[in-house]
Amino acid sequence: MTQSIIVQVGQCGNQVGCRFWDLALREHAHINTKGVYDEALSSFFRNVDTRRSDGENDITSGKIRSLRARAVLIDMEEGVVNEILQGPLRDVFDSTQLVTDVSGSGNNWAVGHKVYGPACRDHVVEKVRRAAEHCDSLQCFFLIHSMGGGTGSGLGTHVLSLLEDEFPEVCRIVTSVYPSAEDDVITSPYNSVLAMRELTEHADCVLPVENQSLVDIINKIQQMAHSGKPSQVIRKESTLISGRGGVGGTEKPFDAMNNIIANLLLNLTSSARFEGSLNMDLNEIAMNLVPFPRLHYLVSSLTPLYTLADVNIPVRRLDQMFTDAFSKDHQLIQADPKHSLYLACALVVRGNVQVSDLRRNIERLKPSLSFVSWNQEGWKTSLCSVPPVGHSHSLLALANNTCVKPTFTELRDRFMKLYRKKAHLHHYLHVGGMEHACFSEAVTSLSSLIEEYDQLESTKSLLWSDAPRLQVAT
Amino acid sequence: MSIVTVQLGQCGNQVGQELFSVLISDSLEAQRQCRGEPGRAYRDCSLERFFREHNEASYARAVLVDMEPKVITHAVATAAKSSTWKYEDGSYFCQKQGSGNNWANGFCVHGPRHEEAVSDLIRRQVERCDRLAGILTMMSVAGGTGSGMGTYITQCLRDSYPHSFILNQLTWPYGTGEVIVQNYNSVLTLSHLYQWSDAILVHENDTVHKICAKLMNIKHISFCDVNKIIAHQLGSMLQPADTVGTLGHYTRNPVGELLKNLVCHSEYKLLSLSTIPQMSSSSLAYSSFTWPGLLKHLRQMLVANARMEEGIDWQVRVPLNGQPALERMAEKTKQGFNKSLANVLILRGKDVSGADPEAFLHPGLYSSWLPAGTAFSTWRSPVPFNGYEKSATLVSNSQSLLKPLDNIVGKAWNMFASKAYVHQYTKFGISEEDFLDSFTALEQVISSYRHL
Ligand SMILES: Nc1nc2c(ncn2[C@@H]2O[C@H](COP(=O)(O)OP(=O)(O)OP(=O)(O)O)[C@@H](O)[C@H]2O)c(=O)[nH]1
Ligand SMILES: Nc1nc2c(ncn2[C@@H]2O[C@H](COP(=O)(O)OP(=O)(O)OP(=O)(O)O)[C@@H](O)[C@H]2O)c(=O)[nH]1
Ligand SMILES: [Mg+2]
Ligand SMILES: [Mg+2]
Repeated sequence: MTQSIIVQVGQCGNQVGCRFWDLALREHAHINTKGVYDEALSSFFRNVDTRRSDGENDITSGKIRSLRARAVLIDMEEGVVNEILQGPLRDVFDSTQLVTDVSGSGNNWAVGHKVYGPACRDHVVEKVRRAAEHCDSLQCFFLIHSMGGGTGSGLGTHVLSLLEDEFPEVCRIVTSVYPSAEDDVITSPYNSVLAMRELTEHADCVLPVENQSLVDIINKIQQMAHSGKPSQVIRKESTLISGRGGVGGTEKPFDAMNNIIANLLLNLTSSARFEGSLNMDLNEIAMNLVPFPRLHYLVSSLTPLYTLADVNIPVRRLDQMFTDAFSKDHQLIQADPKHSLYLACALVVRGNVQVSDLRRNIERLKPSLSFVSWNQEGWKTSLCSVPPVGHSHSLLALANNTCVKPTFTELRDRFMKLYRKKAHLHHYLHVGGMEHACFSEAVTSLSSLIEEYDQLESTKSLLWSDAPRLQVAT
Repeated sequence: MSIVTVQLGQCGNQVGQELFSVLISDSLEAQRQCRGEPGRAYRDCSLERFFREHNEASYARAVLVDMEPKVITHAVATAAKSSTWKYEDGSYFCQKQGSGNNWANGFCVHGPRHEEAVSDLIRRQVERCDRLAGILTMMSVAGGTGSGMGTYITQCLRDSYPHSFILNQLTWPYGTGEVIVQNYNSVLTLSHLYQWSDAILVHENDTVHKICAKLMNIKHISFCDVNKIIAHQLGSMLQPADTVGTLGHYTRNPVGELLKNLVCHSEYKLLSLSTIPQMSSSSLAYSSFTWPGLLKHLRQMLVANARMEEGIDWQVRVPLNGQPALERMAEKTKQGFNKSLANVLILRGKDVSGADPEAFLHPGLYSSWLPAGTAFSTWRSPVPFNGYEKSATLVSNSQSLLKPLDNIVGKAWNMFASKAYVHQYTKFGISEEDFLDSFTALEQVISSYRHL
């Protein structure tokens, strides 16, 4: 089996990361009842002998001694990381995995990217190297960060290109939290657009998540929980919105939202952690879903989200799960994939689901979806036999779909509104290495990305015929 | 003489393991059923061909290759559990990470990097054979390891064993796949293998899946069910049979005989398999068959290009050779006709010497440039195969794979025209020109079969 390392940067990155570690531990505890350190655990956790402190203390088999997350925690202020180190998850991290500073990036991409980036580079490289040395086959980095602040956005994207330089063969999957229109960070459009350019150039895949969508989903779940219909009882131990029952204690403001992102990551990595009849290696995600290098933004949706009572789900309900995955209100960004154009689509299924269920549902849904002419059969599927805790099955749909466009155009509009007025620009321009060109190039990069999706989408309504083929003389 | 099998990637290893299970259980059953000399001769011949006997245990003459460990671990454990046969310790090679569905990764990176280790394992198996009849490689064309690395290893085998027969057994993907780049991977695999392999034996997952559903009556079809069908068909081709007409005298080299009979021109290397009857064991208990009945169905399956006996189009007829009436023949009958270059009919079971394959000798079945007498041969064995009292298998070099091949190439062209996914391949050293060369090679194959 292969291993992956999570690099969590900034407040958002670290808070989301912690929800992931909490839920992952819970998931493994649920399945691994014998307490033996197995391959599944090894993909994201080390097993260490705490009595040795020389760094060579990995125990590769046998009883679980002390689990350490394969993670590097980076923040330029200490608050969030300190809280983690004093919280219930303190034992899964140690000081060799941290890179912190004291003053934060002040919601300024330029400070994160141009100041802390070069300053922390060696330090970060060393920590990541160390984590990589504990892996016998490192397959993937998962970077988690927000787009709107300074550290996650600026330093996070610096770390991304550092990973590319230092580990060119290891795949880089980024989870990026996009600010909502009413975000409290005024400069978030700048930070996001500046970060976007880096993501477009240096990531293998980006999973954008919008805070507004998470809020909508949480609201809807809460509504249902209060409506009290018996068919819509939310199971207590469900990891979807609640941190209770795990090692986590009281809930913090973002916890419910971050749990959803953590679940996205849990499902995404399920096939790498557990067995299944149709495995999907992490390096197959980009291979199958990214037809052009820059167009690597994957819209994700999780089901079931709302109806979580799950005793012996009948076929109808199983099919509903597939239907929901394509509906607007299950997407983790504000997007409607059904009315846009698919370039490719992956269905990552967990639990008691058969190949025949997959085929039936693909056949059923296909007529209502548009696929680009050259990828009419653009489906990638995987089956993992272990369902999430508290569920009998689950589905993560990843869509490379032109429906990401509105998110990007709105972001650009918000950026332009500030940029035309030159609002707050001086905060950026006085940072060494930061020039006007950084802004104009970033927005150009975003515009051309939007243009590329536009062009593909314009083929949607066209009649198409097979590409001309080579004629062979007979 | 013996055959060394190389199983590559998830599919190759899963199908290979099923094949050895069928081979050994059929051989042991043969000895139980046909007491005395015929059963023993059949068993001995089969075991020598596919297994090495050592300390009362049968070891598959196989090398297992994958870039990730899960599948091989499972195959080795399943074989060990059978208590009838096993894989040899140290006959497998695996790494930690798969090729990520990328042919270029398998062919350009993993192939060269592990060539020596894999070649050593194969050489060890070859050296353990008194005489080598040929090498059988098994893999899918849609993934990255089996297809890419399998192609690379085939090329190495061609260099190391220039005079040995190399037969590639390939599994073609479902039309709507589990792998989005499956058509690229297929095109690259087939075009390269065409240069190095002696023959390419194809199983289409869609076809086999249908057999599971329609003939075997399986509700929830798993890969295991599909693989059992493939193994059954392969076994019926590879188990001992008499190729010249003296029953009980088994041919020494089935691969060599097969290729001699079927592949007389390097432009035509695609072989397909049909077997009749195929049914669930519960139905089998209540059925009886006659040779004329079986052969009549099998012949129409060939003529109308049906891979199973259900839903055969009986309207399709053999056109009368060289007669002007051909032009006036109803479109329908002319269209569905599947022309052959060569066929081998393998008959197994009760009263096999009385079976009359005359109808397969019709000259209209074959291309004009090969006389039916040369193009057709019959092999027989009096030993019932794999629980079927009578069974007939047709190995065919015909137009039957033309349509699926044309589909794969067409879809790959569509994708290539927009250059989608090409960067994933150039990253590992496969250029656009390489793609174009592969397209050209396969268009040539398609054209050749079309104008057969
Ligand atoms: N979903 C989610 N969003 C968060 C969380 N914390 C912050 N955000 C969002 O992230 C953006 C602010 O970025 P932060 O991550 O707080 O900033 P940072 O990376 O620590 O950078 P500086 O504080 O500027 O050094 C805003 O859009 C917030 O709404 C969180 O835990 N979950
Ligand atoms: N018939 C059959 N087909 C299979 C089986 N396993 C996989 N396939 C098919 O094989 C193709 C995928 O290729 P794999 O063999 O899984 O890939 P691989 O060679 O292991 O290569 P990578 O995993 O990409 O490194 C798909 O078309 C599947 O339908 C099997 O056991 N039987
Ligand atoms: Mg902060
Ligand atoms: Mg594989």
